[in-house]
Amino acid sequence: MAEAYEPAGAGGPGPAGRGLGGAWRTAGESWRTYRMVAAMWIRSTMTYRSSFALTLLSSFTVTFFDFVVILLMFGQVRGLGGFSFAEVAFLYGTAGTSFGLADLVMGSLPRMGKRVRDGSFDTFLLRPAPVLAQVAADRFALRRLGRLVQGVLVLVWGLVLLDLSWTPLKVLLVPVMLLSGALIFAALMVLGASALFWMQDAAEVTSSFTYGGNTMLQYPPTIFAQDLVRGVVYVVPLAFVNWLPALYVLGRPAPAGVPGWTAYASPLVAAVCCAVAGWAWRTGLRAYRSTGS
Amino acid sequence: MRLYTAVAAGGFRRHATYRVATAAGVFTNTVFGFILSYTYIALWDARPGLGGYAMGDALAYVWIGQGLITVCGLMGGGFEDELIERIRTGDIAVDLYRPADLQTWWFAANLGRCAYQLLGRGIAPLFLGALVFDLTLPSRPWTWLAFLVAVTLGSVVSFAVWYLVAMSAFWLLDGQGVVQIAWLGGLFFSGMLLPLNVFPGSLGEVARLLPWASMLQVPADVYLERYEGWGLLGAYAFQACWAALLLAAGRAAQAAATRKVVVQGG
Repeated sequence: MAEAYEPAGAGGPGPAGRGLGGAWRTAGESWRTYRMVAAMWIRSTMTYRSSFALTLLSSFTVTFFDFVVILLMFGQVRGLGGFSFAEVAFLYGTAGTSFGLADLVMGSLPRMGKRVRDGSFDTFLLRPAPVLAQVAADRFALRRLGRLVQGVLVLVWGLVLLDLSWTPLKVLLVPVMLLSGALIFAALMVLGASALFWMQDAAEVTSSFTYGGNTMLQYPPTIFAQDLVRGVVYVVPLAFVNWLPALYVLGRPAPAGVPGWTAYASPLVAAVCCAVAGWAWRTGLRAYRSTGS
Repeated sequence: MRLYTAVAAGGFRRHATYRVATAAGVFTNTVFGFILSYTYIALWDARPGLGGYAMGDALAYVWIGQGLITVCGLMGGGFEDELIERIRTGDIAVDLYRPADLQTWWFAANLGRCAYQLLGRGIAPLFLGALVFDLTLPSRPWTWLAFLVAVTLGSVVSFAVWYLVAMSAFWLLDGQGVVQIAWLGGLFFSGMLLPLNVFPGSLGEVARLLPWASMLQVPADVYLERYEGWGLLGAYAFQACWAALLLAAGRAAQAAATRKVVVQGG
């Protein structure tokens, strides 16, 4: 247990070190913790191999059914909100891949409410390792790969079908969009988990932004009320996950009077989201009062 | 009977304590209702009258679905995790020694849960949806009553399905795989993603015959007054047949399982 030899105060609530050096140390330590806890849960899942295979398959299929709905819709119509099937597949694939990545890494966070309720959250605080990493890796479920794989497959399909004039900038924008999108979703998940310190039962509110956002971003922005579109640009910045950069890649104008340069703003928005989420998490952790059970 | 009434009341009260969770659930259902409504509007704009639904019918369908998610257990019955956990840990042995029937006990508890979810999470989304969108409302007041009967039957079918799923844990110990598969079936074939009458060709025909059709498609069609007179009775009979069949299967599985339970002591 290498963590036991860390200087006192390195773990515990909140990051210990201030400044960049401390931040890097905390990040490295978080990653180590995360890997260790995740590996433990993977080993435990593998005890029931057939059950794991079934859950992996069903995780893939659940997400696939989402896409079947779109296929069924396009069986009835030629375009949805003025977007072709290939374009919708591209939107679906980018949103699905980003969300799949975030869900794979952070998908355990909503469980935290239950742990705060029953008091088992306290054990995380006692261990000399970053709390967020422990909670995020708690019951790490490898089956969530199914969702990610499905998103990537649809993305590839969409890219094959799309007939675009690619520029280096557009090519670069795709991976940047996927990673920034994953970070924005992850930040929302951490933000939601922070709220659980005060409201342990409110985990579902987060899923309306994460799962709900994912569903919304699979469809073209043209079909939604423009106020709603403005809401996911300026209030909850989900539009930066894929809509704004994707519309640029597809050669379409930005929606709802949003300026065109926002197509490149996703990494910046992701950084701001992560900073806000980190602040919320530390505030929540400081405010945490154990139930004592 | 008194015992099971008390169990049902307990189920109601138990879920009524989670008020924040109920509010969070209503919020989530409303958000999803909005997203789905806009996708349906886009679809019905492009294909008016799709599946025999007018735009208002399709929108009503969306919000009925959001209201019934927890009531009819479209994405999980809400009790099977606990039951599977009791089977896995062996606590089920204690339940089996109680002077009550296992299936009836859980049926009663689930009925209480459904009643609470209907009041807590069922009505609000439909009401909020009707405020914002132009939903079809029943033209006759007794349609609401007919709808309530269909919802009740739907929740019984849902219980029967999830009970059968939970029973599989006696053999598999870890029931998660089967739960996921059942969840998958419920998600797709209940018509929560897209009304079953929009499903093409034989896929639609099969989907409308499966038990999951009783949980959303049939109640929604009763609400939309697509059944009259004998047709309405036929719809109820469809639900009741699935309920009886699946409850009997659950009972058979329970009998087979309890014969093999070995109490490990401790």
